[in-house]
Amino acid sequence: MDAVDRAIINALQEGFPVCERPYAAAAEQLGITEDDLLQRLAALREQKTITRFGPLFHAERLGGALSLVAMRIPAEDFDRVAALVNAHAEVAHNYERAHAFNMWFVLATETEEELQATLRAIEAETGYPVYNMPKLEEYYLNLRFAV
Amino acid sequence: MDMNVLPRMHPDNLTEADRRLVAAIQHGLPLVSHPYAELGAQCGLSEGEVINRLAALLADGTIKRLGVVVRHRELGYRANAMVVWDIDDAKVSELGHCIGRFDFVTLCYRRPRRLPAWPYNLFCMIHGQDREAVLERVRQIEQHCGLAKVPHEVLFSRRRFKQRGALYAPVQSGMPR
Repeated sequence: MDAVDRAIINALQEGFPVCERPYAAAAEQLGITEDDLLQRLAALREQKTITRFGPLFHAERLGGALSLVAMRIPAEDFDRVAALVNAHAEVAHNYERAHAFNMWFVLATETEEELQATLRAIEAETGYPVYNMPKLEEYYLNLRFAV
Repeated sequence: MDMNVLPRMHPDNLTEADRRLVAAIQHGLPLVSHPYAELGAQCGLSEGEVINRLAALLADGTIKRLGVVVRHRELGYRANAMVVWDIDDAKVSELGHCIGRFDFVTLCYRRPRRLPAWPYNLFCMIHGQDREAVLERVRQIEQHCGLAKVPHEVLFSRRRFKQRGALYAPVQSGMPR
């Protein structure tokens, strides 16, 4: 990744034009050609530096239910429980964290009823309680990373 | 939470054309000179219609942002911590906004306490080059927002198991009427 790649990542985390030739418009701002931008984006995606080039949705506005869920799992049982939890398609991502509450995952479902059903299924399969912590109020969401 | 995560859902507040467009765009914009024309070809819309609908979905906030979604670990942000505070309910909104103003905070939400086991009601995510950088940032927040005496914990991540967007379920009856 060189200075131009960094400039591309920083600029295109801020937004992307909506016009007939958006890559040409973005490239002009960056002082490179449209072809160069397309090739570099393809390479960054190939290297997995960027996961996607596309939209960041306001999930609630599209409908559906989303929540952060925590569990307290004894260390010796963690991997077994992680495998059971991760097997659910509704689990979008899952982090092990250094705390008594050591498992934190995001559930995304079509409806609140499905979310509750998934929580009950995970409790039944794993034998541990889940702590459902849906977002009550959002103060900030950015997810941009300077490089 | 990451908002590139999409619920598997049938949204009821979008038009049929919007639903087809959202289903087509969720995997990313094509890397071609006229990407909106190619998206339109996938969902039965003209290039002009795609541009108009995307502009409208951005304007009303259904799409928060269009652009690159990065992998923070691959970019050198090796430490990430969820920092949680137990804040008086009357003050949580004010303090949430205070914390959210730091550019290294990527999200800041109020969530329910789960007493007695979990007393914390304000959650934010902080990424940094390493653990010490993250802890220094927590100290900055404490000083600036007056949180030094507020109970808090820093939960560093150890392992990431999944990081993917859940898939948008294409609407069963999603074809043009």
